[in-house]
Amino acid sequence: MGMIDQYIYDGTFEGFLSSVFEVYERKPLVVKIVSERIATENFFDEEHIIYTDQVKADRVWKGIQTKIGKKAGDWIYRAFLSEKPDRERVLLRIIKKGFLGHRVTEDYADVDVLRLSNLVKMVGREKHRMDAFVRFKLTKDNVYFAEIEPDFDTLPLNAIHFKNRYADQKWLIYDRCRHYGVYYDLHKISYVKLEISKDINTSEAAPFYFTHDEMHYQDLWKNYFKSTNIPSRKNMRLHLQHVPRRYWKYLSEKQP
Amino acid sequence: MNFERIKEKLNILADAAKYDVSCSSSGSKRANKNKGLGDSSGMGICHTYTEDGRCVSLLKILLTNHCIFDCAYCVTRKSNDIKRAAFKVQEVVDLTINFYRRNYIEGLFLSSGIFKNADYTMERLVAVAKKLREEENFNGYIHLKSIPGASDELMREAGLYADRLSVNIEIPSEKGLKLLAPDKKREDFIKPMQKVKNEIIQYKSEKKLIKSTPIYAPAGQSTQMIIGASGETDAEIMYTSAYFYKQFKMKRVYYSGYIPISYDERLPSIGTEVPMMRENRLYQTDWLLRFYGFDIRELLNKEHPNLETDIDPKLSWALRNLEHFPVDINKADRRMLARIPGIGMRSVHKIIQARRYRKLNWEHLKAIGISMNRAQYFLICDSSTFETKDRTAAQLKSLIMGTSGSKWRGAYSNQLNLFGSNAPLTTS
Ligand code: SF4
Repeated sequence: MGMIDQYIYDGTFEGFLSSVFEVYERKPLVVKIVSERIATENFFDEEHIIYTDQVKADRVWKGIQTKIGKKAGDWIYRAFLSEKPDRERVLLRIIKKGFLGHRVTEDYADVDVLRLSNLVKMVGREKHRMDAFVRFKLTKDNVYFAEIEPDFDTLPLNAIHFKNRYADQKWLIYDRCRHYGVYYDLHKISYVKLEISKDINTSEAAPFYFTHDEMHYQDLWKNYFKSTNIPSRKNMRLHLQHVPRRYWKYLSEKQP
Repeated sequence: MNFERIKEKLNILADAAKYDVSCSSSGSKRANKNKGLGDSSGMGICHTYTEDGRCVSLLKILLTNHCIFDCAYCVTRKSNDIKRAAFKVQEVVDLTINFYRRNYIEGLFLSSGIFKNADYTMERLVAVAKKLREEENFNGYIHLKSIPGASDELMREAGLYADRLSVNIEIPSEKGLKLLAPDKKREDFIKPMQKVKNEIIQYKSEKKLIKSTPIYAPAGQSTQMIIGASGETDAEIMYTSAYFYKQFKMKRVYYSGYIPISYDERLPSIGTEVPMMRENRLYQTDWLLRFYGFDIRELLNKEHPNLETDIDPKLSWALRNLEHFPVDINKADRRMLARIPGIGMRSVHKIIQARRYRKLNWEHLKAIGISMNRAQYFLICDSSTFETKDRTAAQLKSLIMGTSGSKWRGAYSNQLNLFGSNAPLTTS
């Protein structure tokens, strides 16, 4: 049994594309691309550290977009954001198939295409949920602030949506699981690494961070949510299917 | 802002508005402009769901629940002894903007009881929309429910600010209308619909010549019918619906199961169950007409004036027309694929794409996500075993019913248990 080459990269999309570049460059027989967060030492694999290289990443990205297609590029990026342990394996196979002329966004009977399309669907659904479930609160600094804990790393996708929508207000969306945020300053969005104290969510601390009217609007919204319900049609199963409990934490209408 | 007072009004006027089931916020092409607030060029988002499982996308309120009319099926009717309230124009604007900025909503759905007269009321609805667009540079979604009998001039103006306009027919037949809403005349609904339709047509043709033509109701118009209040058959309801789709180019017709609200003898008495299953079947029929290429006469006719409640209308059609089956998955056209029970339009699309690369067999079809317990009896594919023995419609039906637990049946019996309070119905 021959050795497996393990390409270890930094977990970023650019890093993954750089690894793909190296696969084409070095032509290993059997290769596994692994994010450094997940990589574990083992005796059978030969480890190679792959350094993220913007130029190489760009070349691969351009290649994907022109040779495999824009839609395929978009799918590959979205599937990558799923953070699923098999993403590198599936995406490498997809990219190889794509460069060979295979239609990777159409052939639903191919296992890799099917997996790709499932990942894309999962990420898309979560992205859509975050677009819906973000609840901004107006801080005393006049920034609309929201926290999220998405199942997948959807914030880069959400950022574009919110930039188009809230062009005339400053906002910050913070991913509490991944410890980074996106900030919009009325001109551009920027990615920010930061730690935000958990107490910002407590009702005791709220008056310290948020405007006076903010509490009133949350209260009005909660009231609206109650008034618009039709009790004789109550269907909690359906309700929970649409708004699973794990998302309630940041939904103003679901706070006591 | 006096938040306590606003809260009280909001409770009354949201409660009165909730029976309008439309909550769509899609179909508009209004993008953010001049770095203003909002964007409705996307798909429309449900920001949350009520405990009855309905999408909350818009702030849905009445401007007022004072009304000079006395429609029997409506909670806002003049003779009903309830708390009344009225928003000021600016209050609605402020609420909308502040909810929107917090990402609670996609926009506003504004309706009203009729105070003084139709135009006086409509003018105020239009004033809200105008303020939102012109003073707040708001590009979120606005749905105005037009007041029956509103003048052409106001309907024209309304469409310049609103994304969607609607007038609810509520009662599917003219005789029902006469009985339950004696103040209203059918032409009062028809006239504003006709006006909106004409304006949309005119907008589209002018737009081709002059790019700067002001946009008119980009998300089109819709209407709603109450189901089970006035004794119509499913056929009567759906033929009316088909007529409105065709005649007025409706984007959507909504069906709202009647929720008993009064002891009026003309109506189902309090305690009668909300016909939710029937409502669901009507929606399914509506989808078959709009997206699956069915003709209304295939689904409902003299022999079949009502939909079956235990199976969906597509399966019902298939069982009545077994001579069209089995369908060959690898050869059939889109239209026939769409008629196979258990195969939705998404799957049709995937089948058509995937079969360009290989002949599809059971495994492929399963992977694509087809509901096999239905579909297997109606198709053949690239496999050697088939479930297409000669069976009668009745045999097939019991086979399918035996294996497929209707996701609805569970929810439905649940409904019955929980059916306790009686909530009122609809406005304007
Ligand atoms: S349906 Fe409209 S017009 Fe009739 S009572 Fe209700 S609010 Fe008034």
